[in-house]
Amino acid sequence: MGWSIIRAWTAAVYLFMFLPVVVVVLLSFNDNQFGSFPITGFSFRWFIELWQNDAILRAFKTSIVLGTLTALISTFLGVLASLALVRYKIPGRDLISTLLIAPVLVPEVVLAVALLLFLNFLSFHKSFFLLLLGHVIFTLPFVVLVVQARLVSIRRDYEEAAMSLGANPVQAFFQITLPLLAPAVFAGMLFAFTISFDDITGTLFWKPGGIETVPTQIFSMLRNSISPEINALGSIMIILTVGLPLIGVGIARRIAMKQQ
Amino acid sequence: MARETREARQPWLLLSPALATIFFLLVVPVLFVVVYSFWLRTANGSDQPGFYLTNWIEVVTDPFYRDILFNTLKIAAVTTLLCAVLGYPTAYFIARSRGNKAMLLMFLMLPFWISYIIRTMSWINILGVSGALNSMLLALGIIETPLQLLYNEATVILGLVHFLLPFMILNIYVSVEGIDETLEDAACSLGSTRWQSFLEVTLPLSLPGLAAGGLLCFVLAAGTYITPLVLGGPRDAMFANLVFEAIITQLDWPLGSALSLVLVAVLGTLVFVYNRFFGMAQLMKGLS
Repeated sequence: MGWSIIRAWTAAVYLFMFLPVVVVVLLSFNDNQFGSFPITGFSFRWFIELWQNDAILRAFKTSIVLGTLTALISTFLGVLASLALVRYKIPGRDLISTLLIAPVLVPEVVLAVALLLFLNFLSFHKSFFLLLLGHVIFTLPFVVLVVQARLVSIRRDYEEAAMSLGANPVQAFFQITLPLLAPAVFAGMLFAFTISFDDITGTLFWKPGGIETVPTQIFSMLRNSISPEINALGSIMIILTVGLPLIGVGIARRIAMKQQ
Repeated sequence: MARETREARQPWLLLSPALATIFFLLVVPVLFVVVYSFWLRTANGSDQPGFYLTNWIEVVTDPFYRDILFNTLKIAAVTTLLCAVLGYPTAYFIARSRGNKAMLLMFLMLPFWISYIIRTMSWINILGVSGALNSMLLALGIIETPLQLLYNEATVILGLVHFLLPFMILNIYVSVEGIDETLEDAACSLGSTRWQSFLEVTLPLSLPGLAAGGLLCFVLAAGTYITPLVLGGPRDAMFANLVFEAIITQLDWPLGSALSLVLVAVLGTLVFVYNRFFGMAQLMKGLS
């Protein structure tokens, strides 16, 4: 009896989580000339209009370049740091771990203000570069967490076996540890990319005039009036953000399977 | 000997890029904000370095800031409470379900991956004047003119709950999942009802997860300025909106520094208290 109430509750919560998403997708295919309810028919018109909107396409390009660079840099930093934390006994481990995840403990608004003010003081003004530094900082903790979790489960024996067979530490890393770690590295990168692609809180502080990312572009379009193209863009982003991780999980699983 | 010193240096070599990044782009900048908050905005638009208490006096004494701070904390508290009430049974269901747990978890993670701004604005499609709810009520003849449902405090909270609920559910789930199910059965066989065994065994044992989820929800809710901008009215500004206004719109960086430090102090105290009781390890479990 109690169980069925809990089940119904859960169903309601899932409905609540997904309802808005479903509405966005439905409206993006709606033929109605205002793009709002009632739904009058099926059409791709908003996607076509979206495709002809230069501002959005530019924002899309910016977001992809920014997300890719962010993912590469923060994964590089995160993998090195995780290796040190998991593979070596170092004094002050806890303090270092806390420092590495500090960017998620500080409210993002404050992080944004601090970086903006400090770099401006050093004469780095608002620019794509500032945006990139900011995104690297707040994606780094997630990469560290993901990679560390995986690294703990890879036994040191493999590396030691390789080294006892004559490999030097660098060879042992590239030929043994890295392939074993690949799924986590990939997951970390994807995580960093998605977080960067989605960020608006920090981005609004750091972006120079004239550069828009997808979220800030959507945000500025919202303030004028809600245009139906936003729903089409929303649909595409939903498909991308839901599809990419699924593809990622698939690839990671395949890599993991090949190794076994 | 030489090999040993090299061994000892290696981890620092690996750590230094990440630590340097955090140090120069987070630690130093935050300290710099402390210094900046004592500077002064001058009439010609440049900031005067020095040690002025002007911004701090304004921030501490002006009731405008105090009211918004309290209102922000209230909104964050209500959001956290709603997340807990909505999230606990859900997390419990997933943890104890005999069905496909992985699938339930994946569906929970999906909205997580969907853009925050899209999820926030999607409520306009539902609650707006020409949104789903109004058109339905109009079509059914229940109302004659569309209701103005959006742009108030309730919709801000709604948007925040929708955004933060997965964080809460995941944290509680991790906790409940770790509790041995037979403990409840044992309590029942000793004469307690299901409800009693939940209240006295499961709930206390899952408290760390609930607390971790609560802390995340509260801190993230209290630090947001986008949701009030999209779903709130002109009078629903939260504390982070003040920071945004000061820094981006008014370009009064010294004042913005002082305001953002207030936010750090309030939320930092909360994290500190949490750390005393539960430790940071629990929070990490939920994040990864």
